[in-house]
Amino acid sequence: MSAALRTEGLAKAFTLHLQGGVRIPVLGGVDLAVHPGECVALWGPSGAGKSTLMRCLYGNYGAGAGRILLRHRGAEMDLATAEPRAVIAARRETIGYVSQFLRVIPRVATRDIVAEPMIARGMAREEALARATALLHRLNLPERLHGLPPATFSGGEQQRVNLARGFAPGYPVLLLDEPTASLDAANRAVVIAMINEAKAAGAAIIGIFHDAEVRGAVADRLFDVLPHQDAA
Amino acid sequence: MLTAEGLTLHFGVIPALVDVAIEVAEGEVVAIVGESGSGKTTLLRVLSGLMAPDAGSVRWLGADVHAMGEAARRRLMRTDWGFVHQNPRDGLRLNVSAGGNVGERLMAVGARHYGNIRAQAIEWLARVEVDATRIDDLPRTFSGGMQQRLQIARTLVTNPRLVFMDEPTGGLDVSVQARLLDLIRTLSRELGLSVLIVTHDIAAARLLADRILVMRRGRVVEQGLTDRVLDDPQHPYTQLLVSSVLAA
Repeated sequence: MSAALRTEGLAKAFTLHLQGGVRIPVLGGVDLAVHPGECVALWGPSGAGKSTLMRCLYGNYGAGAGRILLRHRGAEMDLATAEPRAVIAARRETIGYVSQFLRVIPRVATRDIVAEPMIARGMAREEALARATALLHRLNLPERLHGLPPATFSGGEQQRVNLARGFAPGYPVLLLDEPTASLDAANRAVVIAMINEAKAAGAAIIGIFHDAEVRGAVADRLFDVLPHQDAA
Repeated sequence: MLTAEGLTLHFGVIPALVDVAIEVAEGEVVAIVGESGSGKTTLLRVLSGLMAPDAGSVRWLGADVHAMGEAARRRLMRTDWGFVHQNPRDGLRLNVSAGGNVGERLMAVGARHYGNIRAQAIEWLARVEVDATRIDDLPRTFSGGMQQRLQIARTLVTNPRLVFMDEPTGGLDVSVQARLLDLIRTLSRELGLSVLIVTHDIAAARLLADRILVMRRGRVVEQGLTDRVLDDPQHPYTQLLVSSVLAA
């Protein structure tokens, strides 16, 4: 079966113009492939570029070189060279990303934040809100919080809102950056179950899991991300 | 829908626009950011036909905006287009009631039935969260934030396809800004509006825009997907702009 997401010779460096144009190479020659129903854990020391790789895969960082091939609408598209409109369409339909931090939208209620990507994909509003509510309950977020904007929530509560929003649409490809970082054991177990259900439903998942228990429970294999050798 | 190429304009020896190209597709929200004097407001004025360029073209659905003549351009401004000014007093008639401000745009496109016009005005006041009991009050009795919301209602009541916005949250309290941004965001999505918004507020651009153009000294120095330009800026000026913002 063909990969849901793969990279060919992906490289990324940052040029800091405000620091005298110093160039920091982070990724070089990354060849990664993830298939439907599979979970790959990025593995490597802190600072090796795992999060940078994730952001490149989502199109949030531009690729310096190489290709990022996403299976979208039945064909492969290269996220490294795609037009902004095409990247936006791929994010709406095919690829989801759960970061460590929730970017709060002023005044928008938690329930609506979770429902939004489902509505964008064409789900009826009532159905999307019902699914959002069910997921928030599953992640042990009490009903009284569903109608409030998450700006004042604790870190763990915000992360669960983020998780609900990321898992709700059922993207074919899902990127998870430390999805359980600030969760207690009960919620960690919920997230493990959600990841395994997404895999069973055919999702291709790439994650950064520092928690060995979580990694052991969901990852099919590890992908080494090594610190760039020719740095400095 | 809107396509511009090679736009160049000088104010004396000062280059206000240098070979600027821009495109806005249906349902797309595009932000133009840059500091004061970068040419972003001038660009908006040229794109909306308020000011003629020295060189270059602006096309709306294929028709040359600067060649179409004053009457056709005014008609466009009343129908397919809307313009939200930074200062609501530039977009409102202050000696006409709030309901009249909204109804007037409808009458300009041919609405004549008073009851329908008033009903639509009431509906739009509700959508922009202005209390319906204020419908007969003059806008000068409104706060700045209310005036801006009234201007948005007046602009959107005729169902334009493209709305130009020039610093729509400038000069408002932060709490009011958030409310207005949320309103613009919701309306543009619900109505499938195309929006071209000029702002120096990076956080507002991130919240609203699909794409972003960074202007400096009349040139577009960088453009692309909003979150990529803001999180992985390539041009020295964009890096400076992004790093100068307090936790956007």
